[in-house]
Amino acid sequence: MRFGVVVFPGSNCDEDAVHAVRHVFTQEADYLWHKDPDLKGADVVILPGGFAHGDYLRVGAMARFSPIMAAVRAFADRGGPVLGICNGFQILLEAGMLRGAMLRNRTLKYRCEHVHLRVEVTDTPFTCAVRAGQVLRIPIGHGEGNYYAPPEELERLETNRQVVLRYTDPTGRVGDDSTDEWNPNGSVHAIAAVCNAARNVVGMMPHPERACEPLLGGEDGRAIFESIIEWFRAAERSTLPPAVGQATEPAGEPVAGL
Amino acid sequence: MTIDPEIRERHGLKPDEYERIVSFLGREPNLTELGIFSVMWSEHCSYKSSRVHLRTLPTNGPQVLQGPGENAGAIDIGEGLAAVFKIESHNHPSFIEPYQGAATGVGGIIRDIFTMGARPIALLNSLRFGPLEAPGTARLVEGVVAGIAGYGNSIGIPTVGGEIAFEPSYAGNPLVNVFCLGIARQPDLVKGIASGAGNAVYYVGAKTGRDGIHGATMASAEFDEKSAEKRPAVQVGDPFMEKLLLEACLEVMQTGALIGLQDMGAAGLTCSTTEMGSRGGAGVEIDVSLVPQREAGMTPYEIMLSESQERMLLVAKRGREAEIERVFEKWDLHAVKIGEVTHDGMLRVKDRGRVVAEVPNRALTDDAPVYRRPFSEPEYLREAHDLDLDVLGSGLAPVLPRVSTDQNRALLALLASPTVASKRWIYRQYDHMVRTNTINLPGLGAGVIRIKGTERALAMSVDGNGRYCYLDPCRGAMLAVAEAARNVACAGARPLGATNCLNFGNPERPEIMWQFASAVEGLGRACRALGVPITGGNVSLYNETDGKAIYPTPVVGVVGLLEQANRVVSRRFQGSGDAIVLFGDGHGELGGSEYLKVVCNLVRGVPPSVDLVAERALQDLIVALSDDSLIRSAHDCSDGGLAVAVSECCFDRGGMGAEISIAGTRVSNHDWLNDAAALFGESASRVVVSVTPDALASVLERAAVMKVPARVIGQTGGNRLRMAVDGRMVIEHSVDDAERMWSTAVGQYFARRVA
Repeated sequence: MRFGVVVFPGSNCDEDAVHAVRHVFTQEADYLWHKDPDLKGADVVILPGGFAHGDYLRVGAMARFSPIMAAVRAFADRGGPVLGICNGFQILLEAGMLRGAMLRNRTLKYRCEHVHLRVEVTDTPFTCAVRAGQVLRIPIGHGEGNYYAPPEELERLETNRQVVLRYTDPTGRVGDDSTDEWNPNGSVHAIAAVCNAARNVVGMMPHPERACEPLLGGEDGRAIFESIIEWFRAAERSTLPPAVGQATEPAGEPVAGL
Repeated sequence: MTIDPEIRERHGLKPDEYERIVSFLGREPNLTELGIFSVMWSEHCSYKSSRVHLRTLPTNGPQVLQGPGENAGAIDIGEGLAAVFKIESHNHPSFIEPYQGAATGVGGIIRDIFTMGARPIALLNSLRFGPLEAPGTARLVEGVVAGIAGYGNSIGIPTVGGEIAFEPSYAGNPLVNVFCLGIARQPDLVKGIASGAGNAVYYVGAKTGRDGIHGATMASAEFDEKSAEKRPAVQVGDPFMEKLLLEACLEVMQTGALIGLQDMGAAGLTCSTTEMGSRGGAGVEIDVSLVPQREAGMTPYEIMLSESQERMLLVAKRGREAEIERVFEKWDLHAVKIGEVTHDGMLRVKDRGRVVAEVPNRALTDDAPVYRRPFSEPEYLREAHDLDLDVLGSGLAPVLPRVSTDQNRALLALLASPTVASKRWIYRQYDHMVRTNTINLPGLGAGVIRIKGTERALAMSVDGNGRYCYLDPCRGAMLAVAEAARNVACAGARPLGATNCLNFGNPERPEIMWQFASAVEGLGRACRALGVPITGGNVSLYNETDGKAIYPTPVVGVVGLLEQANRVVSRRFQGSGDAIVLFGDGHGELGGSEYLKVVCNLVRGVPPSVDLVAERALQDLIVALSDDSLIRSAHDCSDGGLAVAVSECCFDRGGMGAEISIAGTRVSNHDWLNDAAALFGESASRVVVSVTPDALASVLERAAVMKVPARVIGQTGGNRLRMAVDGRMVIEHSVDDAERMWSTAVGQYFARRVA
C-alpha cells in the first residue's frame, strides 16, 4: 500500500514518518509537496508534525489554505484514511476536518517526553489492530496540545465515541483534568486523539513514528501503523472498498477565537 | 565627514589601530569603511588577542577532513560520511535579551553547519548562570531555555544533551554556548569561498533591517549598568525562515551550480563578503542598493553592518544562475544578485553604482591586528589554593557555616544541588526526539544519534568546569577535555574530534590573559593525548560586568563514533545482581569540588590531578568493553564524586538500588572528612560500570591487560542505596527518596512562576 506524507515548508517530522513507513513497515511512501494538489495515488495520507508555515499565527491556521488541502479533504470525503500527527492534528482542526481547537499547554511550555495513552476505540483505521483499553507508551513533543472543545461539542464527541486516545497513568487510569500529572498539556477529558464522525480521519498529538524501533526506546507506536496496514489487508480480503463510511461530519468551521 | 577621535572610539578602535587603517588605505577612511574595519577588527571577528595562542592547538589527524578556518570543522566517520560540528557562544546577547539572544545563537550555529553542506541533526548546549536562588536567575534561565527550545524545536533539530552549572561568578554574565552537528556525504562538503571573476554573488533569506548593528562590537566589550541600552543590537530570530533556507540551500547544493556559500552571522554582509573573497583569493563587489531591505532610508553603513538573522550569501557558477533561482523560488525565497566576484582582492561596496567603500580584503582578514598581550599569574590563586583539611575538619576555620559531618545528609545536599540534580525540567522543553535518531535520551549521558542507512551512531558531549579553571586553568581545561571524551567513551563511542568555546574575561588584563593562555595550553595537551584534534570553535572574551570577570570557562565538545549503534551504553544500571565495578583510582581529591562548595561553602584548593595516559587507557578500555557487549552501563565520576555517580546509575530505573563498599582515603586527621573524600572526592579518570556475574572475570582481565585499575565495589539490587566506607555503613537511603530529591531540585525554583 502507498502512504502519502504531506510536506509543508515547515514540516519537520515528514522524514520520520516516511522512514517508519519505508524502513520499519516496508511499505511505499511518497512525499506530497503542499503546493501540488496531487496525492500521487496514496491509499492513506499522513499530515506530519512540525511548524507548517512557522505557526507564528495560530498553529496550522495557514496550512489549511495550501493547495494540497483541497485534495486531502476530497480524499477524506470519499472515505480515505487520513492521520494528522501533532501539527497535522492541529491543521485538521483548523481545516474543520476534526472538531475542537488547541490551546497552549497548561504549563505554557513546550513539552517533549513519553506519555501513556489508553486506546478508547478500535473502529478507526488507525486503531483497529489494538485492544480497547490497551495502554500505549508514545512520546509527545508540542507547545500547543491542550485540546479544547465547548461542553456541547465534547458531549457529542463522547456520545459518538470519537475520542480515540486519552492521556492516562501507566495503568490506564484517567485523572482529573485540572491537576492530573499524567495529562501533559491540560486537554479536556484528557483527550490525546479524536476522529471525525465517519471515523476515517484521526488526529493525535503523540508521535507514533517516534516509537517504532527498540533502539529509540519503545515500539508502542507500531500499533498505529500496523492498524492501518491491517485495515487495508482486511479490506482487500473482503474486496469491499476500503472506506469506513461516508463523511457525515458537518462542514464545521474551526472553533472561532481560540 | 571626517573621523574624529570620538567617532573612532565609539567604533571600539584604538588610536594605533586607526593609524593602521590609514596606512592600509593610504588615506582617511570614510564612515562606512570605518564601520567595516571596526567590526572586522573587533575581538569577536578577528581573534586578535587569542590567535597567537589558538595556533598552538592540535588540529590535524587522519580523521580530520576540515580543520579550523571554515564555517565548521569536519571529521571522517566512515562509509563516505562526514560529521560537521562546531560550538559557538551567544553570551552577551543572551544577557541583554535572554529569549532572542539564545534563539539567535541556535540559529547562527545551525547556519554554520548547513553552510558546509551538511544536514544538521543534533544540538547540544552548555549554559552557565548565577545561583538559581539569586534574584533574576530564574527569569534568565527560563528565557534562555525557551529561546533555545523555540528555535530548535521549530526548525526540527533535536537538542539531545548538554550541561548547565550555577555559580555566583556568572550572575552578571551568563554563558550560552550552543553546539550543532550535521552529517554530509564527504564529496558534498561545501566551502565558503568566492572565486572566478565575473561569477554572480547572490543574497538570499530575510531582508536586511537595522537590527543587530554593531553586534560584534558589543560582544567585544564589557558590560556595565548601561548594557540594557544595547538591546537594539540584539537580533530577532525567525526559525521558519531558517528552515526554508536550510532546505533550499541543501537542495541548491545538489544542483552543482554553486561555488561557495556563507551565512551572514556576526558583522553580517561585511564579514561574509570579506571572508568569502579572502578564502577564494578573490575580491567581491556588491551594490547595497540591490540588497532587500526591511525599512526605507537605510545607509550603506547600516546595510553593511546589520546583523539581521537568517541571511545567506552565495556565489553561483556562471550560466547556471537559473537553476539556483528556481530552487529558492520553490521554497518561496527570493535569491537576488547583488554583485559579482572580481580578481582584484578588494571589497568594493557601491550604492546605486557609486563606490562608497573600497578596502583590500587582506587588510580586513589576514592583516588584521594580532596582539601578544602581556600575561601574569593572578594574585588570587595563592589564597585560593590554600586548603588545610585538618583545619577545616576541626571546625575551627572561620568559613564553616554549613559543614555537615553526616554523609547521608551530604549526599542529599549534593543530589539537590542544581549543578548535579536532574535537568529534566529543562530538557523536556527541548524536542529531543525529532528526526527519530536519538538513542540515548538526555540525562542518560552523552547524546547519541544513530545514522540512518548505516549501523553507526555518533556520541557527543559538551563539558567544562569553571570552578576548576578558576583554581587552575591549565588543569581545568585538561579535565574538561578528559570529561567530554570520557562521556563519549561511556556511551561506547570512540572519541574522534573536538570543538571548543573559550569564555573568558577582558584579555587586556594580564591575569585574564594568563588564564586564557594556560587554558589553551591545557586544551592542547589533553587533545593531543586523547587523540581528539580541535576542528574549530569560538572565543568569547570580555565576559565581565562592572569589572568582575566570570570564572575562566573553556567548554569542550567531543564527538565520537559508535560502529554498532545497538551497542550504545547509558548510565543506568540494567538489572539486579550485577557487579558494580569501579575503573580508576580515587585519591580523595576535594579541591574545587562540588562537595566543598555545597557542604562547606568553599571554593578552594587545587582541582584533581589528571594523568592523560591513564585517561586514554581508561577510555580505550570502556570502548573495547562496550564493543564486545561486556558492560551493561557506564557512568563517569565527576561533580559529587563516586557516591553521586553510583546514585545516578540507580535513577530513572524505577527504584532499583545498589550497595557499595569502598576503602577510606586519609586526607586529614578527621574521620568524617576522610569518609567524605572517599565518597565525594572528584579524582579524575574514574568510571562506574555494571557487569553481569558471567562477564565479570573477562572484564577484570581486560582491565588488567590495559593497565586500568579495576575493583568490584558492590552489586545492584534491592530498593536502597547503601554505601559503606571501611566497613562502616555511612549512607543509606531509599532510592525513591534520593531520586525525588534529585529529580525535583531544579524545577522547584520555577514552580511558583507558572500560572
